[in-house]
Amino acid sequence: MGVIWNGIVEAMRLLVRGDVEVLRIAALTLRVSGTATLFAVAVGVPLGTALGLVSFRGRRAVVSVVNLGMGLPPVVVGLWVSIFLWRYGPFGFLHLLYTPAAMIVAQATLALPIVTALTMAAVQQLDPRLRLQVLALGASRPQFLWCLWREARFSLMAAVMAGFGGAVSEVGASMMVGGNMLGRTRVLTTATVMEVARGNYALAIALSIILLVIAYLVVLALTLAQQRRRPA
Amino acid sequence: MVRRRPRAVAAKAVAVVAAMSVLVLAILASGCRAPAGRTAAPAPEQKEVILATTTSAQDSGLLDVLLPMFESQTGYQVKVLAGGSGQALAMAEQGEVDVVLAHSPAKEKGIVDAGIGLGRRPVMHNDFIVVGTSDDPAGVKAAAAAVADPGDGRAAAAFKSIAGGQAPFISRGDQSGTHVKELDIWKAAGVAPAGQPWYQECGAGMAQALKIASEKGAYTLADRGTFLALRDTLALVILCAGDPVLTNRYSVLQVNPERFDRVNGPGGKALADFLVSPVAREVIRPFGVDRFGEPLFYPDSE
Repeated sequence: MGVIWNGIVEAMRLLVRGDVEVLRIAALTLRVSGTATLFAVAVGVPLGTALGLVSFRGRRAVVSVVNLGMGLPPVVVGLWVSIFLWRYGPFGFLHLLYTPAAMIVAQATLALPIVTALTMAAVQQLDPRLRLQVLALGASRPQFLWCLWREARFSLMAAVMAGFGGAVSEVGASMMVGGNMLGRTRVLTTATVMEVARGNYALAIALSIILLVIAYLVVLALTLAQQRRRPA
Repeated sequence: MVRRRPRAVAAKAVAVVAAMSVLVLAILASGCRAPAGRTAAPAPEQKEVILATTTSAQDSGLLDVLLPMFESQTGYQVKVLAGGSGQALAMAEQGEVDVVLAHSPAKEKGIVDAGIGLGRRPVMHNDFIVVGTSDDPAGVKAAAAAVADPGDGRAAAAFKSIAGGQAPFISRGDQSGTHVKELDIWKAAGVAPAGQPWYQECGAGMAQALKIASEKGAYTLADRGTFLALRDTLALVILCAGDPVLTNRYSVLQVNPERFDRVNGPGGKALADFLVSPVAREVIRPFGVDRFGEPLFYPDSE
């Protein structure tokens, strides 16, 4: 019980004091996971929409692969991404390993199937008559998509939140491709694991509380956007 | 009623957002680098030096003091990968790192013999200790004390009494320097612990292994530095120490740039030379005294 209380006190102290290292780690966490989610949304929403609307041969196979991606173990992604980015790996010439960019790649790889699959499900849930009606009213392709996305916005927001949640909670892959380097690739999750490994439990609890607070604030913002009342 | 113009604008906005995201990602991917303005020396050609080291060296905080000194002196940027010695040396064998600081002498010698490691030099040492609960059910303390001359197999005697008493023992089980040392002592004691119910391999770092041993009331082999750092949170005491076989030697070696052309040869050499330099020696010597009352490491380079 004492350790938990110490952890909470430590979290307060770190935040109030504005500990430079903790702030830097928190900022990097937001930057990396935010970018990864942005990428996953930019690619995943159009992709999921296409999969939901267009029928083509082999569609079910593609859909099953996307759904598999939702359950992809992060540590597996981390291992494979790091193998590809090693000096002597196929993409070693990019020199991305042990940089935040590599972590963005790994987290985006994890978030992308989540966003894609949930978008696809969201779009498929829409009344097919809605599609016909919008098209019948003479909507162009962009207008048609925008209409659909507005109708499905609750589920789409959930997809974004799920994607962000997957990205920010990532630790195994982030550790493998980032290396948890001080001042460069250390994020809240990898720092927490490191402090546990070092036996600094109060600090680990403090970092985990900060991570929860950040994740909550982001999801809160998205939820408010999601639940905003439509203009009458 | 669907109004055309705002919708068209909105659709374009979506496309722009998507394009911007991809652009942002591309910029971030190309532009990610450490905050500038840290180095005073002119930047060398291949700036990045990757150092693979052990968690015991990293967790002590020693590298957090030594490496910034090196970076400001030379302009190299050091990336530290901390894992077990086994992992560090495996990465060296693939040419994925430039320098290794490990404490697994037999494996390090193997790498040098294979022509992959160069310039292996001792950096520092401390010692391993056998720890357990104060009530010591297997009588380890007595068994160790019974060996008058510590070099006469004191550690092996301690391990033999653990095996004899079938007392729970936590092993690192991860091919780290600590694990390799532990296996050597079991061999010297004539015990084959693998698969026995009292022998538990945890595959975790030293601090966690100590925590597990403390929670389970088990014995384990630990390096003195990590134990000292955690002593207040553990219900363990030192039961056996002083046997020369328990000496924990850290050495540095470079990965041979002639075997792997992508290895940073000059950078690796500079870092290896730095770690055995008088400057580093004077940082290592007093390190930890203010926190623990005794130094965590004893420099070896002369």
